[in-house]
Amino acid sequence: MTADEKTNMQGKGLSRRGFLKGVGASGAVATIATGCSTIDRDGAVSLTPRGPENTPITLNINGRRRKLDVEPRVTLLDALRNRLDLTGAKKVCDRGTCGSCTVLVDGEPAYSCSMLAVEAAGRKITTVEGLGSPEQMNAVQEAFVENDAQQCGFCTPGFVVACTSVLDKNPDATLEEAQAGCGGNLCRCGTYVGMNQALMDAAKALKGGA
Amino acid sequence: MATAAWPGKKDRSLIGKSITRQDGPVKATGRAKYSYDLNPPGLLWAKPATSPHAHAKLVSIDTKKAEALPGVKGVWKDTDLIGEEVRYIGQIIACVAAESEEIATEAVALVEAKYEVLEHQVIDNDPKFATGRPSEQEVGNVADGFAEADVTIEGDYGVPVITHCCMEPHGQVTEVRGGELYAWPSTQNVSRWADRLNDSVGIDRAKMHVDCQYMGGGFGSKFTYDKWGVIGTLLAKQTGRPVKLLLDRDLELAIAGNRPSGYTHIKLGVKNDGAITAFEGSVVGTGGGGGYRLRAFPYVFEPKNRKTTMKGIRTNRGGQRAWRAPSHPQTCLLTFSALEDAAAKIGMDAAAFYKKNLNLTARPDVYAEELDIAMKMIGYEKKAHLRTKLDAGPVKRGLGIAMHTWGGLGHGSECRVTINPDGSVKAEIGTQDLGTGARTVVSIIAAETLGLPLEAIDTRIGNNAYPASGGSGGSTTTGGISVSTRMAATDALNDLLGHAATKLGVAADKLEAKGGRIREMGNAAKSMSWADACKMLRTGSISKTGQNNRTEAQKAGLIDAGVGGVQIADVSVDTETGVVTLNEMAAVQDCGLIVDMKTCESQVYGGVIMGITSALFEEALYDPTTGRMLNADMEFYRLAGIKDVGTIKVHMMTGEEYEKRGIIGIGEPPVIAPAAAISNAVANAIGVRVPYLPLTPERVLNALA
Repeated sequence: MTADEKTNMQGKGLSRRGFLKGVGASGAVATIATGCSTIDRDGAVSLTPRGPENTPITLNINGRRRKLDVEPRVTLLDALRNRLDLTGAKKVCDRGTCGSCTVLVDGEPAYSCSMLAVEAAGRKITTVEGLGSPEQMNAVQEAFVENDAQQCGFCTPGFVVACTSVLDKNPDATLEEAQAGCGGNLCRCGTYVGMNQALMDAAKALKGGA
Repeated sequence: MATAAWPGKKDRSLIGKSITRQDGPVKATGRAKYSYDLNPPGLLWAKPATSPHAHAKLVSIDTKKAEALPGVKGVWKDTDLIGEEVRYIGQIIACVAAESEEIATEAVALVEAKYEVLEHQVIDNDPKFATGRPSEQEVGNVADGFAEADVTIEGDYGVPVITHCCMEPHGQVTEVRGGELYAWPSTQNVSRWADRLNDSVGIDRAKMHVDCQYMGGGFGSKFTYDKWGVIGTLLAKQTGRPVKLLLDRDLELAIAGNRPSGYTHIKLGVKNDGAITAFEGSVVGTGGGGGYRLRAFPYVFEPKNRKTTMKGIRTNRGGQRAWRAPSHPQTCLLTFSALEDAAAKIGMDAAAFYKKNLNLTARPDVYAEELDIAMKMIGYEKKAHLRTKLDAGPVKRGLGIAMHTWGGLGHGSECRVTINPDGSVKAEIGTQDLGTGARTVVSIIAAETLGLPLEAIDTRIGNNAYPASGGSGGSTTTGGISVSTRMAATDALNDLLGHAATKLGVAADKLEAKGGRIREMGNAAKSMSWADACKMLRTGSISKTGQNNRTEAQKAGLIDAGVGGVQIADVSVDTETGVVTLNEMAAVQDCGLIVDMKTCESQVYGGVIMGITSALFEEALYDPTTGRMLNADMEFYRLAGIKDVGTIKVHMMTGEEYEKRGIIGIGEPPVIAPAAAISNAVANAIGVRVPYLPLTPERVLNALA
């Protein structure tokens, strides 16, 4: 896949999940704004070419503005990990399957391996580091630790972000609904049993019932 | 005087309890730094160039264009390989190191290699491709055994090659400074990762510093430095900069290890009452380009008359590596499929059939007890039916059983425990935590021994500067590190008790450490706080190194080998779509004295889930025409998601009889039986055997057709 194709597929920087959901709901995507071009409803394209050399961008990450120069081909994941040393999001499949790279973009979970850094400019990005710290974990992180919903822990940050997102939106989620929220993530060690309990415990805590 | 023997149940404050892993918070918040996450200043990115041919003679490698690309800082090529054969797609022939990952990727595309293409062969399930001499073994006399049988069944069964698919790929960050190597590999063998690396990189073993604090999965595939370890070190030496070389996902799946396949034809003789009289099985499979042999076949049940034949097929695929319980999951599936097919043939309930033949196993009492528990957990009496009495309607439900065994004797290990005058305690050990909870286990054992809370122990692992401990393979880590930590802590405590004895006016051998105090046994009134006792260490800290001497430790009841497990699967099969749904899985497991119930159960849950994944989804698919692995990605090499695994119930065997054996490893056993139990459950549900894993809708429908 070329960078352009990737960009177009990603649309507004939604995750593939979100993108498909959007298509399903409205039947069409009216406007696709990308880092490279804008296509309006009538199909007219206005080009603002960038690259291939470094492009200055400002990313809003965990409430901080981070300026950096990146080539347009650099993914958001690689920008986070390789340029900003934010290594909570992991590179595993690097093609939008496993969810280990999940971050929130404007509050929506997104596979950061499948989004360009230039696309993310101006959006509100939250990584796992922005959700809590070892000293002050959020409810999902607490529940993951308590229920041993992690072993090697490499997929864990992605799951934590996805689970946080689904429970933030719907604290009344049933287990089924909560599971659907992390259906785009994969674990190899087999920690799903602890995760099921963690989802329920975190939901309870978020409703103030812990 | 403290002794090394494990405390009895009423004297244990930590061992056997459900304790939360200590590194949970750093992992769940993304702060844990794995090898892949390390970005030391001046880091270069390395990417390997690989063979596009499954079999070819490598004629030349030209890296000039790659070197000329701005940002490329180092190039390595495998000059030894020129004129030799490459044997699988993905074999590394060269590598570039560049200022960024993107530049490195671009540079790899500029590496030009010439090949003379040779014929390749990647088919692994057809005996006609078998290479080398088959190995044959006969115990008793199978001809007599089959003559004794009332019924003989024959069947074909098979398990494909699957991969480890570690979430963190293989590789490392390496840096060479002042002639010394600093390596941060993703490894399950910190103390000995660098052994023999010197042969290839010209740096003394004593000058190699290896560190791995967190690693993203190994499952048997990450014991040594590998070719990428050599290349990373040489590029670091060449460039004078740190080099990060971790495999991309396609290479990870194609070349970084896999589990050998096994396809069998089995003949099984039974009497009408269920007694097995003879077993004959011929297996063919591949482990890639090397040798091939599945051990432990037939599995768990060893009929008096049995004959097995193993034929290997050398293929132009990436090579096999140890995969969680090597050989066992395959031979379990092959054997237990035939066993339940035989039970079905004579119209006997599967559980009754196994019970009838438990005398053919190594631990009849354990399996009998575990089988009864598993049957209760799954509601066997209510749900079980014979294969001839299928549910009406398109969705059919069935049960299947399988059993397993494993060794798990603790490996050689050393640990150093230091008690300081300020009361602090440090435990240092060159082990690693693959996610099993090893770090927490060391803390638990040290804290229990010293009568302190868990948080009082500063546990340091994951570095080869610490006393050496074995690689994490064969389910040997918990036993090994527990004994060495216990020995060191006991020794150090006895030193401290000597100091306290004078002050308290009680003989040292009448003192114990409990609840943060040193006290006279049975007389809490005569005591002093841990802190006060440590203050008496005016001459300095107490530092003791303990060892796990396997033979002695086993004799002393600190560790043991040999476990059994029983698992029962409850599945529904949609006979219109072929989709298999796992409703429930019951797993009963013994593993001696349990150190941490929480992480121990996690190992069992995780093993069961990994086994479910192999039953339903996993297969390394190869294209015979191109020799290429077709699903070297995570879309088509599928892992189970959170909704794919059903309800899993785990029961750990506890109690005096089990605990007096000491600690036995648990990482591997639970992964063995799930696929066989699920395959049997599917056969029970639909009335016919789906002979080959994974149990995809296509295979189910074909079996029904």
